[in-house]
Amino acid sequence: MTESSLADELRTVMGKESEPLIIEVDKTAIRMFARAVGHTDLVFYDEEYAKSKGHRSIICPPGFVGHAIHTPQKPSGIIGSSVTQMPEIKAQFRGVLNGGTEFEYYGEDICAGDILKGVSKVADLRERAGALGQMLFVVTETNYTNQNGKLVATQRGTAIMY
Amino acid sequence: MAEQVYYENVNVGDEIPKLVKNCSTQQLVMWAAGAGDFYQIHYDKDFALALGTLPGIIVHGALKHAFLGQMLHDWIGEKGQIKTYGCQYRGMDVPGQEITCRGVITNKLQEGGQNLVELDIWTEIPSGDKTTPGKATVILPSR
Repeated sequence: MTESSLADELRTVMGKESEPLIIEVDKTAIRMFARAVGHTDLVFYDEEYAKSKGHRSIICPPGFVGHAIHTPQKPSGIIGSSVTQMPEIKAQFRGVLNGGTEFEYYGEDICAGDILKGVSKVADLRERAGALGQMLFVVTETNYTNQNGKLVATQRGTAIMY
Repeated sequence: MAEQVYYENVNVGDEIPKLVKNCSTQQLVMWAAGAGDFYQIHYDKDFALALGTLPGIIVHGALKHAFLGQMLHDWIGEKGQIKTYGCQYRGMDVPGQEITCRGVITNKLQEGGQNLVELDIWTEIPSGDKTTPGKATVILPSR
């Protein structure tokens, strides 16, 4: 691979928005996620308790929105397209590492029963030589809006391809 | 749940309550299902070792991110809000070893009618290495 050629090639995908992904926020999924983390706050488990705290239903724990959702319609089985799933790009690297995750929330409850729409785009691409040889850092940004059209969360994920 | 924390009662340099985790392989399987991440390096020891680069099964990065989220959630109480939080996956964690989530307040500011508190957050292993460093901004209520 010649220096920077790949990043240049990939710049054409920068900023291009994905098809919207529909995420049905569901009680069972929230409870499974909260249990896996070890959350003890009942706002993630018990609807009556959550309502007594002013929420519409049980609420999503931090990091819940954005977890993988399976669909047989995509070759990877995961909703959410990104550069790291493009076969022609994948073929040029040995592996992918999860480099980091960032969330921004906008003060709006995200509750069971909500239907979110997620739209992703490649926000940044950088090539860098590192411990694993030439590496490509891909930052994917996803904005989630709820059924009322309100922006409720932004997720930025960094994939490191090497 | 702990008592409600207020903006006036926190100071730059304060450390927030730690959250100590120690993942069993069972917890990693629960996370695989809960988060929809079935990459075998997180539950299949033979698969993980065959890669030649891993010490065995390793903890999901996103689970450590979620642990940091739990630490923040439990600290800010029901009147607090997480505004931003994120981390980088710098080091591998393994099951059966303590993962301590920690946070230190780095700044306080009032902006747009909100009481913002900024923190450095991270996970730490017994050697003292910070395997998952990150940053957070939370909104705390005023007394």
